[in-house]
Amino acid sequence: MENRPLAGRQIMDKQTRIVEIVKRVAGKPIDPAPDESLFESGALDSFTLADLVTALEKEFSIKIPDADLTPRKFDSVVRIEAYLQSRS
Amino acid sequence: MAYLRALGSYVPSRVVDNAELAPRVGVDPAWLLHATGIEERRFAAPGETVATLGIAAAKDCLAAAGIAASDVGMVIVASGSAEQRFPGPASTIAAAAGIAGKPAIDLPMASAGSLFGIALAAELTRAYGHVLVVASEIMSRVVRMDNTGRDTAILFGDGAGACLVSPDAGFAEIIDAVLASDGDFAEALRLDFDSPLYMDGRSIILQASRKLPRAISEVLERNQVKPTDVGTYLLHQANLNLITRVAQSLGAPNERFFRNIARYGNTSSASLLIAATEWWRDAGPTLRDPIVLAAFGAGLNWGAVLAKPPR
Repeated sequence: MENRPLAGRQIMDKQTRIVEIVKRVAGKPIDPAPDESLFESGALDSFTLADLVTALEKEFSIKIPDADLTPRKFDSVVRIEAYLQSRS
Repeated sequence: MAYLRALGSYVPSRVVDNAELAPRVGVDPAWLLHATGIEERRFAAPGETVATLGIAAAKDCLAAAGIAASDVGMVIVASGSAEQRFPGPASTIAAAAGIAGKPAIDLPMASAGSLFGIALAAELTRAYGHVLVVASEIMSRVVRMDNTGRDTAILFGDGAGACLVSPDAGFAEIIDAVLASDGDFAEALRLDFDSPLYMDGRSIILQASRKLPRAISEVLERNQVKPTDVGTYLLHQANLNLITRVAQSLGAPNERFFRNIARYGNTSSASLLIAATEWWRDAGPTLRDPIVLAAFGAGLNWGAVLAKPPR
Protein backbone atom coordinates (compact mmCIF):
# COMPACT_ATOMS: atom_id res chain seq x y z
CA MET A 1 0.00 0.00 0.00
CA GLU A 2 2.78 2.39 0.98
CA ASN A 3 4.58 1.69 -2.30
CA ARG A 4 1.58 2.49 -4.45
CA PRO A 5 1.76 5.64 -6.54
CA LEU A 6 0.16 8.61 -4.88
CA ALA A 7 -2.64 8.75 -7.42
CA GLY A 8 -3.42 5.07 -6.80
CA ARG A 9 -3.51 5.58 -3.03
CA GLN A 10 -5.86 8.51 -3.49
CA ILE A 11 -8.22 6.41 -5.61
CA MET A 12 -8.13 3.59 -3.04
CA ASP A 13 -8.64 6.05 -0.22
CA LYS A 14 -11.68 7.57 -1.86
CA GLN A 15 -13.25 4.18 -2.57
CA THR A 16 -12.61 3.14 1.01
CA ARG A 17 -14.23 6.29 2.31
CA ILE A 18 -17.22 5.78 0.02
CA VAL A 19 -17.63 2.18 1.19
CA GLU A 20 -17.49 3.29 4.82
CA ILE A 21 -20.21 5.88 4.15
CA VAL A 22 -22.38 3.34 2.34
CA LYS A 23 -22.01 0.92 5.24
CA ARG A 24 -22.93 3.61 7.72
CA VAL A 25 -26.08 4.82 5.96
CA ALA A 26 -27.18 1.27 5.07
CA GLY A 27 -27.34 0.53 8.78
CA LYS A 28 -26.63 -3.16 8.29
CA PRO A 29 -23.57 -5.34 7.69
CA ILE A 30 -22.68 -5.15 4.01
CA ASP A 31 -19.52 -5.44 1.97
CA PRO A 32 -20.32 -3.99 -1.45
CA ALA A 33 -18.09 -4.78 -4.40
CA PRO A 34 -17.00 -1.63 -6.25
CA ASP A 35 -19.27 -2.19 -9.24
CA GLU A 36 -22.13 -3.89 -7.41
CA SER A 37 -25.53 -2.19 -7.67
CA LEU A 38 -26.27 -0.85 -4.22
CA PHE A 39 -30.00 -0.89 -4.94
CA GLU A 40 -30.20 -4.35 -6.46
CA SER A 41 -28.17 -5.80 -3.60
CA GLY A 42 -30.49 -4.21 -1.05
CA ALA A 43 -27.72 -2.10 0.50
CA LEU A 44 -29.63 1.09 -0.23
CA ASP A 45 -33.28 2.02 -0.66
CA SER A 46 -34.98 5.27 -1.62
CA PHE A 47 -34.55 6.80 1.82
CA THR A 48 -31.03 5.69 2.61
CA LEU A 49 -30.06 7.05 -0.81
CA ALA A 50 -31.01 10.50 0.46
CA ASP A 51 -28.90 9.89 3.57
CA LEU A 52 -26.00 8.76 1.39
CA VAL A 53 -26.06 11.99 -0.61
CA THR A 54 -26.09 14.08 2.57
CA ALA A 55 -23.21 12.04 4.01
CA LEU A 56 -21.16 12.40 0.80
CA GLU A 57 -21.64 16.15 0.90
CA LYS A 58 -20.33 16.25 4.44
CA GLU A 59 -17.46 13.81 3.98
CA PHE A 60 -16.14 15.37 0.77
CA SER A 61 -17.09 18.98 1.56
CA ILE A 62 -19.14 19.46 -1.58
CA LYS A 63 -22.63 20.67 -2.36
CA ILE A 64 -24.45 18.27 -4.67
CA PRO A 65 -27.00 20.23 -6.72
CA ASP A 66 -30.52 18.84 -7.13
CA ALA A 67 -29.95 18.50 -10.88
CA ASP A 68 -27.27 15.87 -10.16
CA LEU A 69 -29.54 13.83 -7.91
CA THR A 70 -30.31 10.90 -10.16
CA PRO A 71 -30.18 7.47 -8.50
CA ARG A 72 -28.01 6.07 -11.30
CA LYS A 73 -25.13 8.35 -10.32
CA PHE A 74 -25.06 6.75 -6.87
CA ASP A 75 -25.87 3.15 -7.75
CA SER A 76 -22.41 1.71 -7.05
CA VAL A 77 -19.16 2.62 -5.38
CA VAL A 78 -17.41 3.19 -8.71
CA ARG A 79 -20.23 5.39 -9.96
CA ILE A 80 -20.15 7.43 -6.79
CA GLU A 81 -16.41 7.74 -7.16
CA ALA A 82 -16.76 8.81 -10.80
CA TYR A 83 -19.27 11.44 -9.79
CA LEU A 84 -17.01 12.77 -7.06
CA GLN A 85 -14.10 12.83 -9.51
CA SER A 86 -16.22 14.88 -11.90
CA ARG A 87 -16.76 17.42 -9.16
CA SER A 88 -13.12 17.75 -8.17
CA MET B 1 -54.67 39.62 4.27
CA ALA B 2 -56.01 36.11 3.79
CA TYR B 3 -57.24 33.53 6.23
CA LEU B 4 -57.86 29.82 6.35
CA ARG B 5 -61.57 29.91 7.16
CA ALA B 6 -62.74 26.31 7.15
CA LEU B 7 -61.89 22.85 5.88
CA GLY B 8 -63.89 19.89 4.66
CA SER B 9 -63.37 16.46 3.20
CA TYR B 10 -65.00 13.42 1.70
CA VAL B 11 -63.71 9.88 1.32
CA PRO B 12 -65.54 7.04 -0.42
CA SER B 13 -67.19 4.51 1.87
CA ARG B 14 -65.40 1.46 0.49
CA VAL B 15 -62.42 0.52 2.67
CA VAL B 16 -59.70 -1.57 1.01
CA ASP B 17 -57.33 -3.02 3.58
CA ASN B 18 -53.95 -4.61 2.95
CA ALA B 19 -55.38 -8.11 3.21
CA GLU B 20 -57.55 -7.35 0.16
CA LEU B 21 -55.07 -5.31 -1.86
CA ALA B 22 -51.83 -7.24 -1.28
CA PRO B 23 -52.83 -10.44 -3.16
CA ARG B 24 -54.07 -8.39 -6.12
CA VAL B 25 -50.65 -6.81 -6.59
CA GLY B 26 -48.57 -9.81 -5.52
CA VAL B 27 -47.10 -8.61 -2.23
CA ASP B 28 -47.29 -9.69 1.38
CA PRO B 29 -49.66 -7.59 3.53
CA ALA B 30 -47.10 -7.30 6.33
CA TRP B 31 -44.45 -6.10 3.89
CA LEU B 32 -46.88 -3.60 2.42
CA LEU B 33 -47.56 -2.12 5.86
CA HIS B 34 -43.85 -2.01 6.73
CA ALA B 35 -42.87 -0.41 3.43
CA THR B 36 -45.55 2.27 3.34
CA GLY B 37 -47.12 2.69 6.77
CA ILE B 38 -50.50 2.30 5.07
CA GLU B 39 -53.09 0.01 6.69
CA GLU B 40 -56.04 0.76 4.43
CA ARG B 41 -57.29 3.15 1.76
CA ARG B 42 -60.62 4.11 0.18
CA PHE B 43 -61.68 3.28 -3.35
CA ALA B 44 -64.38 5.21 -5.17
CA ALA B 45 -67.54 3.36 -6.15
CA PRO B 46 -68.21 2.81 -9.88
CA GLY B 47 -70.67 5.70 -10.04
CA GLU B 48 -68.39 8.18 -8.32
CA THR B 49 -66.21 10.64 -10.23
CA VAL B 50 -63.51 13.16 -9.37
CA ALA B 51 -66.25 15.80 -9.55
CA THR B 52 -68.70 14.00 -7.25
CA LEU B 53 -66.00 13.49 -4.62
CA GLY B 54 -65.03 17.14 -4.93
CA ILE B 55 -68.63 18.32 -4.64
CA ALA B 56 -69.06 16.41 -1.37
CA ALA B 57 -65.87 17.92 0.07
CA ALA B 58 -66.86 21.41 -1.10
CA LYS B 59 -70.26 21.16 0.57
CA ASP B 60 -68.69 19.82 3.77
CA CYS B 61 -66.29 22.77 3.82
CA LEU B 62 -68.96 25.41 3.16
CA ALA B 63 -71.18 23.92 5.88
CA ALA B 64 -68.29 24.11 8.33
CA ALA B 65 -67.57 27.69 7.30
CA GLY B 66 -71.17 28.83 7.63
CA ILE B 67 -70.75 30.65 4.32
CA ALA B 68 -73.44 30.53 1.63
CA ALA B 69 -72.27 29.09 -1.66
CA SER B 70 -73.49 32.25 -3.38
CA ASP B 71 -70.95 34.27 -1.37
CA VAL B 72 -67.96 32.35 -2.78
CA GLY B 73 -66.17 34.41 -5.42
CA MET B 74 -63.92 31.83 -7.02
CA VAL B 75 -63.30 28.09 -7.08
CA ILE B 76 -59.91 26.47 -7.62
CA VAL B 77 -59.88 22.70 -8.13
CA ALA B 78 -56.72 20.60 -8.00
CA SER B 79 -56.77 17.15 -9.55
CA GLY B 80 -54.27 15.02 -11.40
CA SER B 81 -56.68 12.16 -12.03
CA ALA B 82 -59.64 13.88 -13.73
CA GLU B 83 -61.48 11.66 -16.18
CA GLN B 84 -61.22 13.90 -19.26
CA ARG B 85 -58.83 16.33 -20.91
CA PHE B 86 -61.29 19.21 -20.69
CA PRO B 87 -63.21 20.69 -19.14
CA GLY B 88 -61.63 19.83 -15.82
CA PRO B 89 -63.83 19.19 -12.81
CA ALA B 90 -63.75 22.79 -11.52
CA SER B 91 -66.80 24.12 -13.34
CA THR B 92 -68.85 21.00 -12.56
CA ILE B 93 -67.95 21.16 -8.88
CA ALA B 94 -68.69 24.88 -8.71
CA ALA B 95 -72.10 24.47 -10.35
CA ALA B 96 -73.13 21.51 -8.22
CA ALA B 97 -71.99 23.24 -5.04
CA GLY B 98 -74.21 26.23 -5.90
CA ILE B 99 -71.38 28.57 -6.86
CA ALA B 100 -72.84 29.65 -10.17
CA GLY B 101 -71.39 32.24 -12.50
CA LYS B 102 -68.09 32.59 -10.66
CA PRO B 103 -64.69 31.70 -12.13
CA ALA B 104 -63.74 28.06 -11.62
CA ILE B 105 -60.13 27.19 -12.34
CA ASP B 106 -58.49 23.78 -12.69
CA LEU B 107 -54.99 23.02 -11.44
CA PRO B 108 -54.03 19.66 -13.00
CA MET B 109 -50.96 19.40 -10.82
CA ALA B 110 -51.47 16.22 -8.77
CA SER B 111 -49.93 16.11 -5.30
CA ALA B 112 -48.87 19.74 -4.81
CA GLY B 113 -52.06 21.12 -6.38
CA SER B 114 -53.96 21.86 -3.19
CA LEU B 115 -50.99 23.68 -1.65
CA PHE B 116 -50.54 25.78 -4.78
CA GLY B 117 -54.30 26.41 -4.75
CA ILE B 118 -54.20 27.76 -1.21
CA ALA B 119 -51.19 29.96 -1.96
CA LEU B 120 -52.89 31.35 -5.06
CA ALA B 121 -56.18 31.82 -3.22
CA ALA B 122 -54.39 33.86 -0.56
CA GLU B 123 -53.44 36.34 -3.29
CA LEU B 124 -56.77 36.23 -5.11
CA THR B 125 -59.03 36.88 -2.11
CA ARG B 126 -58.37 40.61 -2.53
CA ALA B 127 -60.11 40.56 -5.89
CA TYR B 128 -62.59 37.70 -5.51
CA GLY B 129 -63.48 37.50 -1.82
CA HIS B 130 -63.99 33.97 -0.53
CA VAL B 131 -62.02 31.46 -2.63
CA LEU B 132 -62.89 27.78 -2.31
CA VAL B 133 -59.96 25.43 -2.94
CA VAL B 134 -60.96 21.84 -3.69
CA ALA B 135 -58.70 18.84 -4.33
CA SER B 136 -60.17 15.58 -5.57
CA GLU B 137 -58.53 12.40 -6.79
CA ILE B 138 -59.50 8.90 -7.87
CA MET B 139 -56.05 7.36 -7.95
CA SER B 140 -57.31 3.77 -7.87
CA ARG B 141 -58.29 4.13 -11.56
CA VAL B 142 -54.93 5.42 -12.77
CA VAL B 143 -52.68 2.75 -11.29
CA ARG B 144 -52.31 -0.79 -12.58
CA MET B 145 -53.91 -3.11 -10.05
CA ASP B 146 -51.68 -6.13 -10.64
CA ASN B 147 -48.12 -7.12 -9.87
CA THR B 148 -46.76 -5.01 -12.75
CA GLY B 149 -48.08 -1.90 -11.04
CA ARG B 150 -47.51 -2.86 -7.44
CA ASP B 151 -44.99 -0.09 -6.72
CA THR B 152 -47.72 2.50 -7.22
CA ALA B 153 -50.86 0.46 -6.50
CA ILE B 154 -49.81 -0.07 -2.88
CA LEU B 155 -49.48 3.67 -2.25
CA PHE B 156 -52.59 5.38 -3.50
CA GLY B 157 -56.19 5.89 -2.46
CA ASP B 158 -59.18 8.04 -3.38
CA GLY B 159 -60.65 11.07 -1.65
CA ALA B 160 -61.29 14.79 -1.69
CA GLY B 161 -60.68 17.80 0.51
CA ALA B 162 -61.61 21.47 0.49
CA CYS B 163 -60.46 24.70 2.11
CA LEU B 164 -62.15 28.08 2.17
CA VAL B 165 -59.71 31.00 2.01
CA SER B 166 -61.30 34.27 3.09
CA PRO B 167 -60.19 37.92 3.00
CA ASP B 168 -61.66 38.98 6.34
CA ALA B 169 -61.62 36.24 8.99
CA GLY B 170 -60.58 32.68 9.75
CA PHE B 171 -58.90 30.41 12.25
CA ALA B 172 -55.43 31.10 10.81
CA GLU B 173 -53.90 33.99 8.93
CA ILE B 174 -51.86 33.02 5.89
CA ILE B 175 -48.53 34.75 6.40
CA ASP B 176 -46.33 33.59 3.55
CA ALA B 177 -45.82 30.92 0.93
CA VAL B 178 -42.85 29.39 -0.86
CA LEU B 179 -43.69 27.69 -4.16
CA ALA B 180 -41.26 26.13 -6.61
CA SER B 181 -41.12 23.94 -9.72
CA ASP B 182 -38.35 21.91 -11.36
CA GLY B 183 -39.09 20.55 -14.82
CA ASP B 184 -35.78 18.67 -14.98
CA PHE B 185 -37.53 15.76 -13.28
CA ALA B 186 -40.92 16.04 -15.00
CA GLU B 187 -40.56 12.55 -16.44
CA ALA B 188 -40.02 10.94 -13.03
CA LEU B 189 -43.70 11.09 -12.05
CA ARG B 190 -46.33 11.38 -14.72
CA LEU B 191 -49.70 10.20 -15.96
CA ASP B 192 -49.70 9.93 -19.74
CA PHE B 193 -52.88 9.58 -21.77
CA ASP B 194 -54.02 5.95 -21.93
CA SER B 195 -51.21 4.72 -19.67
CA PRO B 196 -51.08 3.98 -15.96
CA LEU B 197 -49.29 6.23 -13.52
CA TYR B 198 -45.51 6.10 -13.85
CA MET B 199 -43.29 6.87 -10.89
CA ASP B 200 -39.53 6.61 -10.50
CA GLY B 201 -39.79 6.23 -6.75
CA ARG B 202 -36.09 6.61 -6.02
CA SER B 203 -35.82 9.91 -7.86
CA ILE B 204 -39.01 11.24 -6.32
CA ILE B 205 -38.03 10.33 -2.76
CA LEU B 206 -34.52 11.69 -3.28
CA GLN B 207 -35.80 14.99 -4.64
CA ALA B 208 -38.58 15.30 -2.05
CA SER B 209 -36.20 14.53 0.82
CA ARG B 210 -34.17 17.57 -0.13
CA LYS B 211 -36.65 20.02 -1.62
CA LEU B 212 -39.46 19.76 0.91
CA PRO B 213 -37.43 20.54 4.08
CA ARG B 214 -35.69 23.31 2.18
CA ALA B 215 -39.00 24.99 1.25
CA ILE B 216 -40.28 24.72 4.81
CA SER B 217 -37.03 26.13 6.18
CA GLU B 218 -37.18 29.03 3.74
CA VAL B 219 -40.72 30.08 4.65
CA LEU B 220 -39.90 29.79 8.36
CA GLU B 221 -36.57 31.62 8.23
CA ARG B 222 -37.84 34.59 6.30
CA ASN B 223 -40.60 35.02 8.88
CA GLN B 224 -38.32 34.48 11.90
CA VAL B 225 -40.13 31.33 12.98
CA LYS B 226 -38.09 28.42 14.34
CA PRO B 227 -39.07 24.87 13.37
CA THR B 228 -39.75 24.14 17.03
CA ASP B 229 -42.14 27.12 17.22
CA VAL B 230 -44.52 25.43 14.79
CA GLY B 231 -47.39 23.70 16.55
CA THR B 232 -48.47 21.47 13.69
CA TYR B 233 -47.02 20.48 10.35
CA LEU B 234 -49.63 19.43 7.81
CA LEU B 235 -47.91 17.63 4.96
CA HIS B 236 -49.05 15.91 1.81
CA GLN B 237 -49.44 12.32 3.02
CA ALA B 238 -47.12 10.76 0.47
CA ASN B 239 -45.18 8.31 2.57
CA LEU B 240 -44.79 7.81 6.30
CA ASN B 241 -41.01 7.49 6.05
CA LEU B 242 -40.78 10.72 4.06
CA ILE B 243 -42.73 12.64 6.72
CA THR B 244 -40.37 11.30 9.39
CA ARG B 245 -37.35 12.29 7.30
CA VAL B 246 -38.69 15.83 6.88
CA ALA B 247 -39.13 16.11 10.65
CA GLN B 248 -35.54 14.95 11.20
CA SER B 249 -34.19 17.36 8.59
CA LEU B 250 -35.92 20.30 10.24
CA GLY B 251 -35.07 19.25 13.78
CA ALA B 252 -38.74 19.50 14.71
CA PRO B 253 -40.52 17.04 17.02
CA ASN B 254 -41.88 14.11 15.06
CA GLU B 255 -45.20 14.20 16.90
CA ARG B 256 -45.99 17.65 15.51
CA PHE B 257 -46.32 16.18 12.03
CA PHE B 258 -49.93 15.16 11.56
CA ARG B 259 -50.35 11.76 9.98
CA ASN B 260 -53.37 9.93 8.65
CA ILE B 261 -51.75 8.10 5.74
CA ALA B 262 -52.33 4.79 7.55
CA ARG B 263 -56.09 5.10 6.94
CA TYR B 264 -56.23 6.69 3.48
CA GLY B 265 -52.93 6.06 1.72
CA ASN B 266 -51.63 8.71 -0.63
CA THR B 267 -54.62 10.55 -2.10
CA SER B 268 -52.38 12.90 -4.10
CA SER B 269 -53.59 16.52 -3.98
CA ALA B 270 -56.49 15.61 -1.69
CA SER B 271 -54.28 14.24 1.06
CA LEU B 272 -53.14 17.62 2.39
CA LEU B 273 -56.72 18.84 2.78
CA ILE B 274 -58.08 15.56 4.17
CA ALA B 275 -55.29 15.63 6.77
CA ALA B 276 -55.86 19.32 7.51
CA THR B 277 -59.59 18.76 7.94
CA GLU B 278 -59.08 15.95 10.45
CA TRP B 279 -56.51 17.95 12.36
CA TRP B 280 -58.67 21.12 12.38
CA ARG B 281 -61.79 19.38 13.60
CA ASP B 282 -59.83 17.72 16.38
CA ALA B 283 -57.79 20.78 17.34
CA GLY B 284 -60.76 23.07 17.89
CA PRO B 285 -61.52 26.59 16.69
CA THR B 286 -58.69 28.46 18.44
CA LEU B 287 -55.21 28.20 16.98
CA ARG B 288 -52.41 28.79 19.48
CA ASP B 289 -49.25 28.19 17.46
CA PRO B 290 -48.12 28.65 13.86
CA ILE B 291 -48.91 25.89 11.38
CA VAL B 292 -47.12 24.87 8.21
CA LEU B 293 -48.75 23.24 5.21
CA ALA B 294 -46.37 21.63 2.73
CA ALA B 295 -46.53 19.38 -0.32
CA PHE B 296 -44.36 17.88 -3.03
CA GLY B 297 -45.37 16.17 -6.23
CA ALA B 298 -45.28 15.70 -9.98
CA GLY B 299 -43.85 18.51 -12.03
CA LEU B 300 -41.84 18.59 -9.92
CA ASN B 301 -43.85 21.10 -7.89
CA TRP B 302 -43.47 21.74 -4.19
CA GLY B 303 -43.81 24.36 -1.52
CA ALA B 304 -44.80 25.41 1.96
CA VAL B 305 -47.34 27.80 3.45
CA LEU B 306 -46.99 29.42 6.86
CA ALA B 307 -50.12 30.42 8.81
CA LYS B 308 -50.42 31.88 12.28
CA PRO B 309 -53.18 32.58 14.79
CA PRO B 310 -55.12 35.68 13.67
CA ARG B 311 -53.76 38.96 15.02
